[in-house]
Amino acid sequence: MTGWDGFAFSFLNARVAADYWPKILEGLGVTVALAVLIIAAGLALGLGLAVLRCLGLRMLDWAIIFVVDLFRALPPLVLIVLIYFGLPAAGIGFSGFWATWLALTLVLMAFAEEIFWGSICAVPKGQWEAGRAIGLRFLPTLRLIVLPQALRIAIPPLTNRTIAITKGTALGSVVAVAEILGAAQSGMAFSGNPTPLMLGAMAYLLLFLPVVIAGRWVETRFAWRR
Amino acid sequence: MNDFIDAFLNAEIAVAAAPILWMGFQQTLMLAALTVPLGLAAGFGFALLSTRRERWIRWPLMAVIDVFRAIPPLVLLILLYAGLPFAGLDLGAWGAVALAFLLNTGAYYAEILRAGIESVPKGQHEAARALGLRRWQVWVFVVLPQAVRNVLPDLIGNTLEVVKLTSIASVVALPELLFQARQAQSVTFNATPILVAAVAYFVLLWPFVRLLSRLENRQLAARR
Repeated sequence: MTGWDGFAFSFLNARVAADYWPKILEGLGVTVALAVLIIAAGLALGLGLAVLRCLGLRMLDWAIIFVVDLFRALPPLVLIVLIYFGLPAAGIGFSGFWATWLALTLVLMAFAEEIFWGSICAVPKGQWEAGRAIGLRFLPTLRLIVLPQALRIAIPPLTNRTIAITKGTALGSVVAVAEILGAAQSGMAFSGNPTPLMLGAMAYLLLFLPVVIAGRWVETRFAWRR
Repeated sequence: MNDFIDAFLNAEIAVAAAPILWMGFQQTLMLAALTVPLGLAAGFGFALLSTRRERWIRWPLMAVIDVFRAIPPLVLLILLYAGLPFAGLDLGAWGAVALAFLLNTGAYYAEILRAGIESVPKGQHEAARALGLRRWQVWVFVVLPQAVRNVLPDLIGNTLEVVKLTSIASVVALPELLFQARQAQSVTFNATPILVAAVAYFVLLWPFVRLLSRLENRQLAARR
């Protein structure tokens, strides 16, 4: 075989691709499901913690700051491995899917809390005072006046962070989750040919390239006047 | 409770695993010392090129940067480590890690630095030229120092992410901290080594997280 034929046989093998694309497609479904669950839980928990910090209870603040720092400092893969291989020893078993979900949700929660909190702080204090002055209670002031302004500030950094953490679903392959990378790797092992891996890479591009480009757009669209 | 302590906080196993965890920790530091400068160098290169006015340079470069920001780093690493040998090119674990980080973190640094360069007013460039500085002097002494200062929190944040990301090298059997911890765990059937590794990462990176948190809040507050 000449160079190009050999390359095509290895990386763009139509027969292998025909055999394994359904597996990769299933993997794509798992990746999307995992990503959606992580984003929903991570952002909700992050916002919840940021709102709790608005109460200004010192002990609670310290606890939240510690938890946030912890999950910002630990590599996501270390967390996944710790939950998956470690917790069963303590009698709590997680499947690879839920171990990956829990680890990445905690990481997204930490980053989201930090961004939400920073954005809430960036809303001028007068907005709080004006809300209270016209007779709104704490929560309505937060919900109707402060959060809408804070979210606008939060959206660009939050979008980028969410994309980055969602890409971490590929780490699930380490704990035997059959998401795109996991499916591609087992396809490669069975066929002895890296074409499934190329298909997997293409699936990731299909999934994340539009998101990355949209992220670029969001960044300019929501840019705070500077 | 005793089971929990036995499985997670087993002092005997922690002591036994300490030497290989220490070796892993040193490898992690070496990986960081390799990947951060590599990524920064590639990022500076990409960023400088992407400020060129010619569209045929700028657009393909943006496309390449977006592709490497869209592919999860672990996928890129495995593609290079397990895929390339089929094309007759075996980079080995260190080579694959170095190239994957060059492309992935280079793309992220490039985006950050580009934003930094764009945040420096054009007048700075023109004024420096008018003062008689050469082109490279304009970049080195006028534009880049301001650009880096403007995006410093993002640069530190990305560097933190890069150091955390070195843990994926464990997947291609590079004996860094997480790899050694998993080895120790599989030999002892005990999770203590992984917990010790997690604590080591936390101790190493916590000061940077604190610093970053302060810088970010200051940046957001300044946007008011």
